[in-house]
Amino acid sequence: MNETAAWVIFIAAIFTNNILLTNFLGMCSFIACSGQIKTSLGLGTAVIFVMIMTTMINFVVYHFVLVPYSLVHLQYIVFIAVIAAFVQLVEMFVERFSPKLYFALGIFLPLITVNCAILGASLFMIIREYSFMQSVGFGLGAGIGWAVAIVLLAGLRQKMRYSHVPKCFEGVAIAMVVTGVLAMTFMGFAGMVAIQ
Amino acid sequence: MADQQLACATCQPKGLCGGKGILTLKEGAWANNPLSIQVLGICSALAVTNRLENSLVMGAAVIFVCVGSNLIVSLLRKRTPHRIRMIAEVAIIATFVILFDQFLKAFYWDMSKQLGPYVGLIITNCIIMGRAEAFALQNPPILSIVDGVANGIGYAVVLAIIGFFREFLGTGEILGHTIPVFSKWYTPNQIMILAPGAFFALGIVIGIFNWIKGPETEEKK
Repeated sequence: MNETAAWVIFIAAIFTNNILLTNFLGMCSFIACSGQIKTSLGLGTAVIFVMIMTTMINFVVYHFVLVPYSLVHLQYIVFIAVIAAFVQLVEMFVERFSPKLYFALGIFLPLITVNCAILGASLFMIIREYSFMQSVGFGLGAGIGWAVAIVLLAGLRQKMRYSHVPKCFEGVAIAMVVTGVLAMTFMGFAGMVAIQ
Repeated sequence: MADQQLACATCQPKGLCGGKGILTLKEGAWANNPLSIQVLGICSALAVTNRLENSLVMGAAVIFVCVGSNLIVSLLRKRTPHRIRMIAEVAIIATFVILFDQFLKAFYWDMSKQLGPYVGLIITNCIIMGRAEAFALQNPPILSIVDGVANGIGYAVVLAIIGFFREFLGTGEILGHTIPVFSKWYTPNQIMILAPGAFFALGIVIGIFNWIKGPETEEKK
């Protein structure tokens, strides 16, 4: 069992072990939806919520269903099914009870099923042998870290519209290089806390 | 923006590959290369390319899963109800990923440890989903296999290029072997095997591909 305190994992997941900038998870939507700060903020919020909930559900499913019945090799298919089902459920729930929120978040929710950060968080939780509280801290921290990164990049990309980028580097290529610089900045936090 | 989000949601590549056989092959491996042109599936491309060896294994995994899932999706394409096709595709892909994962765990334990969660993350790799959705659902099995091979190879080659340069510049070695004169003289640039190096390498590779391909791809943005 991993002995690190839950809040340390929470801080580390935001800064030193940012799921996007050090583990490269959730890059597809990161690149595609970071055009504007507003959209990226919406997507970030949705990711935080779904990530913390799915890590909790997957923790329970893994330790109380898969392990006792020795079905661990099925973890991928079960996790992805849980995530897809949960996202569907949230979508229906939000649509029924808060149409306003539904229109704000609506289009982002289906995107989240294919966001590998969500599945990645669940897999890291299993590999690093987190306890329940640690998983909650990790899920929340990873979600916030992802949201912070995408909002930062969106801001930078908005500014970058006014700069002269070489023709062949326009769009995705320059976004990747800027993300690299962002990742270097986050490496400055490295001495703060460390998890694995 | 709305188009982009939609494209990101279903991971639908830009155009459908028309034509047959050889054209499909060329389209997938070069003209519409999944990684450098469509920019799909970058998560694993960035994460595993710190060593050439890992990149090669990852490339092999993607080829295997892409071919397998394309074949099965294509065989079942007339029987799958349209509404649940996404779930069906994910289940098929996950099955092949589990096969590969179990194979790695049984025969190459060290490699399996090194790749960690990224083997499982092939499931959410947009390329495979994208090919199943955009190609295998409309085309007969043989052509779908060709398409799977083409896209898998296109992906694996770019992965190998990035892996080669990151390992070469980051450690001064190739496939874990030192190069006689070079390794002594060269001071390894640690940043290349850490996270930022991955972003720089991929950004530059995409830029160079755009430059080689010339102006017609630039309308994409």
